[in-house]
Amino acid sequence: MQISGAQMVIEAFIAEGVDTVFGYPGGAIMNVYDEIYKQDKFEHILNRHEQASVHAAEGYSKASGKVGVAMITSGPGFTNAVTGLADAYMDSIPLVVISGQVPMSLIGTDAFQEIDAVGISRSCTKHNYLVTDAKDLPRILKEAFYIARSGRPGPVHVDIPKDVTAQIAEFDYEIELDLETYKPHTKGNPRQIKKAIEAIAKAKRPLFYLGGGIINANAAYEVREFVQKTGIPAVETFMARGVLSHDDELLIGMLGMHGSYASNMAMSETDLVIGLGVRFDDRVTGKLSEFAKNADVIHVDIDPASISKLVNADYPIVGDVKNVVADMLEQVGKIDSENYESWRETIINFNELHPLTFHEDTDRIKPQWVVKRVGELLGDSANISTDVGQHQMWAGQFYPFTRPRQFISSSGLGTMGFGFPAAIGVKAASPEKTSINFTGDGSILMNVQELMTAVEKKIPVINIILNNNFLGMVRQWQTLFYDKRHAETDLSVQPDFVKLAEAFGGIGYRVKTKEEFDAALKDAVEKNIVAFIEVIVERMENVMPMVPSGGSLFNMMLLEKKGDK
Amino acid sequence: MTEENQRRVVSVIVINEASVLSRITDLFSGRGYNITSLTVAPIPESKYSRLTIVTAGSVRVIEQITKQLHKLIPVLRVYEHEDMVEKEMAMIKLPISENLSDINTLCEAYNGKIVNAGENTIIAMVADEPKRIDNFLKAIKRYNPKEIVRSGAVALER
Repeated sequence: MQISGAQMVIEAFIAEGVDTVFGYPGGAIMNVYDEIYKQDKFEHILNRHEQASVHAAEGYSKASGKVGVAMITSGPGFTNAVTGLADAYMDSIPLVVISGQVPMSLIGTDAFQEIDAVGISRSCTKHNYLVTDAKDLPRILKEAFYIARSGRPGPVHVDIPKDVTAQIAEFDYEIELDLETYKPHTKGNPRQIKKAIEAIAKAKRPLFYLGGGIINANAAYEVREFVQKTGIPAVETFMARGVLSHDDELLIGMLGMHGSYASNMAMSETDLVIGLGVRFDDRVTGKLSEFAKNADVIHVDIDPASISKLVNADYPIVGDVKNVVADMLEQVGKIDSENYESWRETIINFNELHPLTFHEDTDRIKPQWVVKRVGELLGDSANISTDVGQHQMWAGQFYPFTRPRQFISSSGLGTMGFGFPAAIGVKAASPEKTSINFTGDGSILMNVQELMTAVEKKIPVINIILNNNFLGMVRQWQTLFYDKRHAETDLSVQPDFVKLAEAFGGIGYRVKTKEEFDAALKDAVEKNIVAFIEVIVERMENVMPMVPSGGSLFNMMLLEKKGDK
Repeated sequence: MTEENQRRVVSVIVINEASVLSRITDLFSGRGYNITSLTVAPIPESKYSRLTIVTAGSVRVIEQITKQLHKLIPVLRVYEHEDMVEKEMAMIKLPISENLSDINTLCEAYNGKIVNAGENTIIAMVADEPKRIDNFLKAIKRYNPKEIVRSGAVALER
């Protein structure tokens, strides 16, 4: 059929099963918005900032497993969205982001709201397109969705000049894609898999190192079975929280800079790392030369460039982790779980020596208690988003996650301001679950305008602001490594968060006691409108354990034991 | 040994489309890799172009370069050359007052000759292995070259 470029965008969304688009209109994208106005197949959610639109699309994608879609205009609309693209690129989140561009005749003339969008997005997207003719648009849109979700997922940016959205051309979305240069390798090499299984069978102290790729591949339940049948202990990265349930006896905990003592010690003592969907991030490994020093490494990943990038893989397996684990499960009989009995006991001892905990030794509420308490009250019934900072690490450490896609956070890029819009996207994708955003008094102000989005669209995100009147994580580093010179991190001057929420039409609570917190959370869940629960927490609490940047995993700063003082 | 910087020649076959070259060069600059030389031209009767990149790095860096190049969507193939025939061309502008027969003889030793003569200057060209081009350019210095241009290397696996 002969339709305009703008109509093609709508038709492609419908064909791809898109039910929610996050965006913000403007001059160059108006033709497409005109078509959005005319249709009723999907909902458009108007965020109040383009950065929030992309984060909301990320939250939507992470919670649903589908491709997230955002739409923005040219120039400042696009540049506002760049942080979201970079965030999605770092965390391998499949997105299609459509931006308007000035008409073809004006490109290169420094026109109003013109910027070289594909030039900017090239380094923070999996792929991008500048569409120069509407006849290419059906193929480009279909490729964009395919590239975003296949292989190692990532954001794809499509920049469409205004005259191309008005141009009439043939639309056929049934075309076969012919991507001769893009063929992701999804099936693991059987010989390598066999060798890996033999290595596991021979190992004395093997350790699963589980990463976010497992969630992307929808492989968590296969991995749970594999862990169960082998009896091999497992550590999770921050990205992998929820792959195993918190009550799985074989789950040691989270490893890395703020990982538990037992997790980091297990990684330091293991003789065989079984890395699934991981990329040996510096926040996980600490000092590379000391990381899993005595271990061989099995590394399963869809991205060949991740393998042996930082840590040499003795058993490299390129493939979709779901396929590879399914193949490994067929040979699981060769592995005798009894062999690891003493290894499991060693880890129990690590845990008893320095369990992951905190001390309730001040009048003020401890931030960790809030996370634990939400876990007790809401548990599996909530999806948990976070911003970036101390609260984010406490959420990763203390929330009792029970399932994949329950935990949504900005891991690789570490974007403050991610949490609230992401939690809006999470709620849009998963309305039956309570959408909680753990945030800080610093982060929440970075996308606070999303109160308006949540009120208008009746999206009842509950933001729990752990207020320590500090930019807490930077303050922690300053306390520990900069001789307590707290440069520009004291946030004593603050808005009235209760009034702020109310000014937009939301609901606000300020709580100082545990009883008040329980009552506020219960009320917020019942009221079912967007809420701020400001919790006044202990100001100087540090996230512990901590591996100082560049230090070895086994050299952790630990929580002082009670009675040490 | 493996951590030393080695000179490497990598050939990349890419779809000949807009902005493909900047995808490649952005990858090098963004990840801190070096490009010593880069040549690119379309492959006849196909939709592809061939790039020849001379770079340097440790074994691990070179492995990352080839893997990251592969990850780019329009990249069809990456050859990390081991056993190759490698050639480069150079053109040199010299004063016409220099000893032209000596220059011509020198050029012939490097598969070249004088290719143009003007009122005040001549232009000579040579085509040989990059290392030999280095030698040639040392030897030609005594004839007071005014301008030198090197093409960058091209290579084919044997």
